[in-house]
Amino acid sequence: MSRTISSRLSSPEARLALIAVLVFVFMAVLSPDRFLSVQNLTSMAFQFPEFAILALAVTVTMLTGGIDLSVVGVSNLSAVVAAMILASIAGETAVGAGAVMWLILSMVVALSIGAVCGLFNGALVAFVGMPPILATLGSGLIFTGIAVALTGGSAVMGFPAAAAWLGNGLVLGVPVPLILFALLAAIVAFIVSRTAFGLKLIMFGANPRAARFAAINVNGLLLRVYMLSGALSAVAGMLVMSRANSAKADYGSSYLLLSILIAVLGGVNPYGGYGKVIGVVLAVLSMQFLSSGLNMLQVSNFARELIWGVLLIFVMLVNSPRAAALLRRERTT
Amino acid sequence: MSDTDPPLVEMTGVTKKYSGIVALSNVDFTIRAGEAVCLAGENGSGKSTLIKILAGVEPRNAGDIRFSGVAQGALSPRASADAGVMVIFQDFSLFPNLSVAENIAFSTQLSAQGALYRKAEARRIAAETLKRVGVDISLDARVESLPVVHKQLTAICRALAMDARLIIMDEPTTALTEREVKTLLGIIRRLKADGVAVLFVSHKLAEVLEVCEKVVVLRNGEKVAEGPATEFDSASLTRAMTGRDVAETPPDPLAADAPVLMKVAGLSKDGVFHDIGFDLRAGEVLGVSGLLGSGRTELAKALFGLVAPDTGTITLNGAPIPLGDPLKAAAAGIGYVPEDRLTEGLFLDQSIQRNVAVGRLDAYDRGAMLDLAGLWGEARDWLKKLSVKHSDPEAPVRSLSGGNQQRVVLARWLARGPKVLILNGPSVGVDVGSKSEIHDIIQALAHEGLGVIVISDDLPELLATCHRLLVMKGGRITDEIIGTDTDETDLGHRLAS
Amino acid sequence: MKNINLARNEVLVALVILAFCAFAALSDPRFLSIPTLTDLLRNGIILGIFSVGAMLVLVSGGIDVSFTAIAAFAMYTTTVFLLEYAPGLPWYVIFAIAMVLGALLGCINGVLIAVFRLPTLIVTLGTLSVFRGFLLTFVGSKMISALPPDMRGFSRMMMVRGTNADGSFYSLPWAFAALVIVVVLTWFILHKTMLGRSIFAIGGSDESARRIGIHVTRVQFFVYVYVGALAGLAGIIHASMSRLANPFDLVGLELSVIAAVVLGGARLAGGYGTLTGTLLGVALIVLVQNSLIVLGIPSTFQSITIGILILVGTGLPAWQAKRAEARAA
Repeated sequence: MSRTISSRLSSPEARLALIAVLVFVFMAVLSPDRFLSVQNLTSMAFQFPEFAILALAVTVTMLTGGIDLSVVGVSNLSAVVAAMILASIAGETAVGAGAVMWLILSMVVALSIGAVCGLFNGALVAFVGMPPILATLGSGLIFTGIAVALTGGSAVMGFPAAAAWLGNGLVLGVPVPLILFALLAAIVAFIVSRTAFGLKLIMFGANPRAARFAAINVNGLLLRVYMLSGALSAVAGMLVMSRANSAKADYGSSYLLLSILIAVLGGVNPYGGYGKVIGVVLAVLSMQFLSSGLNMLQVSNFARELIWGVLLIFVMLVNSPRAAALLRRERTT
Repeated sequence: MSDTDPPLVEMTGVTKKYSGIVALSNVDFTIRAGEAVCLAGENGSGKSTLIKILAGVEPRNAGDIRFSGVAQGALSPRASADAGVMVIFQDFSLFPNLSVAENIAFSTQLSAQGALYRKAEARRIAAETLKRVGVDISLDARVESLPVVHKQLTAICRALAMDARLIIMDEPTTALTEREVKTLLGIIRRLKADGVAVLFVSHKLAEVLEVCEKVVVLRNGEKVAEGPATEFDSASLTRAMTGRDVAETPPDPLAADAPVLMKVAGLSKDGVFHDIGFDLRAGEVLGVSGLLGSGRTELAKALFGLVAPDTGTITLNGAPIPLGDPLKAAAAGIGYVPEDRLTEGLFLDQSIQRNVAVGRLDAYDRGAMLDLAGLWGEARDWLKKLSVKHSDPEAPVRSLSGGNQQRVVLARWLARGPKVLILNGPSVGVDVGSKSEIHDIIQALAHEGLGVIVISDDLPELLATCHRLLVMKGGRITDEIIGTDTDETDLGHRLAS
Repeated sequence: MKNINLARNEVLVALVILAFCAFAALSDPRFLSIPTLTDLLRNGIILGIFSVGAMLVLVSGGIDVSFTAIAAFAMYTTTVFLLEYAPGLPWYVIFAIAMVLGALLGCINGVLIAVFRLPTLIVTLGTLSVFRGFLLTFVGSKMISALPPDMRGFSRMMMVRGTNADGSFYSLPWAFAALVIVVVLTWFILHKTMLGRSIFAIGGSDESARRIGIHVTRVQFFVYVYVGALAGLAGIIHASMSRLANPFDLVGLELSVIAAVVLGGARLAGGYGTLTGTLLGVALIVLVQNSLIVLGIPSTFQSITIGILILVGTGLPAWQAKRAEARAA
């Protein structure tokens, strides 16, 4: 299949912005009191950051032409370990500075675990030469498996109250998860467009062989990309843990497909070499507007899944040069 | 077969336009059974359009086509195939995962319209065609494991199995060694005796002239020359293809006191090259030549660290360079322009300026952030310096012509200020005009004191650019020649002997 | 022994299976018995049918993750339809309905992939959501345990039935024959028909396939329809055997199936894959899922074990290929 899919698009981001606005306006018109209510808007802001951050993780690996199927495994493993620190070392009763310190420590540990898991993935891809799909499929099972083995498959609960702040707190009326997502999206956008690392990873995604011939440190690059993906997944895991007030090896299993879906919806070329964070953000927003609007209209969770799938395929068709060509032929004959 | 029979293919006044742009204008062309014809032209001259029209892939806008005297309406791939017109593309279009027998018989079995795959018959067809061509390739070998020339023969056999009466070969000799070309020519003679016509389409035709009856030259979509092959040589072909004389001047002599820049000693890699040693002086252009498989490309890659030698040393200005690490080689000041520009040199869908700047990302890394203005500014300066013709530095590099693309890769390395530049096949797939401009660039670089290594099998190119030539054979340096001491014929003999 | 090529997945997987069985037999002599074998065969039916389909897609150069959703959709919709309109139909008609439904859903994948040439992984991720969402929203989301009588009847039809020396019962249902038929049919298509050879050809190089006149669109379309039909079959057999139509079932298995297939040596890049390898891969996954405990490894280590198997099984050949490339320069 051709690498030119993305290059022929005038701007998938522009189309996505249009979709996001249309969905928002449509929902607002359909149910103005409820959709535009402060309560709905904040609840949306609490909901989407966890999978949106996973989508960022998938995005960075997709830019290199790879993929990370282990994001959910990494996020659960990091969350489980963090939860064990919070539950058994800090304990439910910890308060004040002590609790905050434990929370920070657990976050540092979670991030390190995420990075180490990513390093492992990166090593499989860079040094062993495995296709990323298989490397992260296998490692994802291992990460999940470790989380299962650590917990015996049950949920870890009983955190200090401070742990809830991460997923449920407000700063100046803005939900903490939203702030976190905005921050991470800005950082990833900055990395991709403004740093040597970011440009190299896009060039690598465009043509891995030419990257090697251009004296780019390909192995180092892959290690760092998957580490970044792992660390982002760990942050998402901490959010899930805080919001659920527990951690479990099989939380958020539907998030894997969702995050890949968002990345592709956001215009990231699954073959690598093209993708913008703003596109991913717009895709996340469209999905969230759509699903909470549908929620309001009493549409079931399952219908949401249906609509996501339809949206993804629709966007792919719109962006597909082949579909455009077929349509043109239709018109001329 | 006599001349009174209608020709196998007769095109008259064929014209083709792509969205208003004329690709082929009023071209007449005939080929007879048992005849071999060279169709020459630079990139963009209309050669590929002519093939596509003959193969029925593209419709013509005007003109008549007759197959064996029978006028043809709109052609389709099927109609052309039924008339026995078979194209062997440069990539051979084989299935690497399937056996030789299946590759040869696949089209035949497809056109038989049967639902079942008849393995025994596939083997019979394959064995027969291989015998007809007179080569011995294992029927059960997977095509991916074959050497290039056997892949090509498999493709020829596939065409023959389909009762080919005209085989069109697109750039047939680019990937072959001189010995393999000889094998190929032997087979072509056999086919001609059998009544099969062959059309060679290439921009490098000197090697096939000896088996051809006729030469047809296209330029800008028009037929500009046609005549018996005996009337052409490589100089007159070049003149016809470019429309001008391209005089190559040998390089200015090297200063006698030019210091040694790079020293290579005892470089070996098991089964690939052995005990390679040479000095490269500042301002010197050193040619490395040899047939494909002589180890020249592997040596070039080893100098840049893309291949790890088992033993040996490379020093630059007296400092040793770690082996097998392109990052360290590049950091030490060695640059490498690869042979296969499209897959190894360029990021085709990325912008022109990014393709230049990719070599300078670390230089413009200001701590956390890139100095983008500086980075793009420098890239554009280099595009100007090497006079890359482009409309927009942010357009994909894919949109450039071969010669301009090659300059983009050169610009990437020159921006890094290298001390030694290794150019592998610097003018492969570049039209004749751009070729001499690239040669001028090489000379200018040498004047500035760079050491340049040119790896090539293009003898005129080597003579026009190099002070000194190393000849490789079987992984060893077998000859060292001062550029002014030799000519094309002598060099050709030394390479092949 | 010298001729055994460890880089070939089939050999590697077969050796691992042998070692697994040897250790299992050492730690529990009862492991090597007919009941163990029939259990493994029974447990391999659904995974086996899925894997044959997934292998076909990989050979053609694509990847399909939607087949589990197709299976759940076909199985549940067929059941609902039968209970509503024709509960008395014989099992073979029921199976045919499920397969046709599966094939129809496969058509959707086929159109998107073969006609519009969209990337297969992403398309099937999308259709996975669509099929599942549609099923749960519009068809139903409640488990049905009162299946049509002939579906229950089918699950009671046994090929082999007997009593072991220690008095334990064993049996192998006729459903296993479905796997055998699927394997034989697929083998015939892949190796004895031009269609099957064309699937290999497209996986090897779709551009070349187009040039020599293979109807790439048609062949790809067939692949996805065939896989859809197989998924429908697997779904309905699954419901019969578990005597429960659960719309939430099956989805989630897709990655294990792909794991089994790549363990068996099929390549993601297309053009390579064998039925032997695929079935060995399935056998290994089923062994790990069901008999890990015999080796004294707690079942919580199942997913770690499968993960390691995938990494070793696909990593070893990848690493050898990488080294060979470096050697050859």
